[in-house]
Amino acid sequence: MIPGEFEYHRPATLADAVKLLSELGEEARPLAGGHSLIPMMKLRFATPEHLIDLSGIGQLKGICRDGNALVIGAMTTQHDIIHSADIALHLPILKETALMIADPQVRYVGTLGGNVANGDPGNDMPAVMMALGASYRLEGPDGTRDVAATDFYQGAYFTALEPGEILTAISIPVQPVGHGYAYEKLKRKVGDYATAAAAVTLTMAGGKVTACSIALTNLSETPVLADAAAQAVIGTSLDEAALKAAATAARAVMNPAADARGTSEYRTHVGGIMVMRALTRAASRAAA
Amino acid sequence: MAKVTLTVNGRSMSGECEDRTLLVHFIREKLGLTGTHVGCDTTQCGSCVIHMDGKSVKSCSILAVQASGSTITTIEGLAGNGELHPVQAAFKEHHGLQCGFCTPGMVMTAVDMINRHGGSLDEPTVRHELEGNICRCTGYHNIVKAILSANAEMHSGRQAAE
Repeated sequence: MIPGEFEYHRPATLADAVKLLSELGEEARPLAGGHSLIPMMKLRFATPEHLIDLSGIGQLKGICRDGNALVIGAMTTQHDIIHSADIALHLPILKETALMIADPQVRYVGTLGGNVANGDPGNDMPAVMMALGASYRLEGPDGTRDVAATDFYQGAYFTALEPGEILTAISIPVQPVGHGYAYEKLKRKVGDYATAAAAVTLTMAGGKVTACSIALTNLSETPVLADAAAQAVIGTSLDEAALKAAATAARAVMNPAADARGTSEYRTHVGGIMVMRALTRAASRAAA
Repeated sequence: MAKVTLTVNGRSMSGECEDRTLLVHFIREKLGLTGTHVGCDTTQCGSCVIHMDGKSVKSCSILAVQASGSTITTIEGLAGNGELHPVQAAFKEHHGLQCGFCTPGMVMTAVDMINRHGGSLDEPTVRHELEGNICRCTGYHNIVKAILSANAEMHSGRQAAE
């Protein structure tokens, strides 16, 4: 319950935050919503000597249109995402997913940037970002760079973030009008990380799938893009054989941990079921 | 050490604490407002829910120093002039509490959900909105009844006036 001692900083600009983070090195952590970091600190799993609170930096919050993408500031909360008209119109899978994350109080505070930068395979948004082809803007002492969500995750709590870098925004291509989408999450109870979850976006024409993307949550050390599974349904009408082929292909890229949520075999089995359900629901939402 | 200044239940209050002091401990130990409870150490139970700048938050997972400058309402700030807030009255009327330990957080969450849903609350929505608050005693059923009743009461006057 009691975190170790640390020094608190609240920079007013992004430049100051980056400077602090790079000067203080590994003993400093950015503080966003604090709803993963502070719980870890209360259990002394994390013992940073400095916290750099990003909440004073106005530019990190908000959702805006930039060409064919929505750019979401890293400090935008899950609550903001659920109530954004732009998200509901262009990226409705984000709203669906956010409503399955944690609980109302946590969603008021927890941010999209914190969710995707955390590096815990249990977080839901990283797989959704992979399925959507999102990219992350990273600001560091040497300037700005963009990293695709599909290249960001390297292991459990191990990401492409370099020392001194802050994830400042998430850029997500707007989905085509009439696309289908679904996030299917199996969990033991409200607020739990997924036993298995699947994100699907697809488009259909003439009753056949024309494009599809599938990504998996908490079924490996990192979120995983299930490319072969998506390929297996393109050109099909998502009949039973196609769904089964997708589940089989998706299971081949799963390697879930055995824990209180079940054995690795169980989680792989239900992971395939989440893929089939997500595909079915996405198709039911797509304009044929 | 940090100096933390808050508007708490309408009054400006300040105190010194360590940077690592959690808001719930600041409220309980520095401000002496012990209605806000601690039921877990993993941000799940919601016994510590307060309103910060109008939003229900879990004060066990926010640093006091982070909250400095904000406006806070705790369970002690809900009743006005000795008269219970309609949500408090409804919890009493509908037996929405037994041991009372989750009740402050439950009531603060209930007020927030009623504010946000503007009268259109139904049972599934109430249960969904209660997902951040755990109760060991009631089985939730009477809490749901209390919230629906308070919601009806808080919005009936307005609808009649409209």
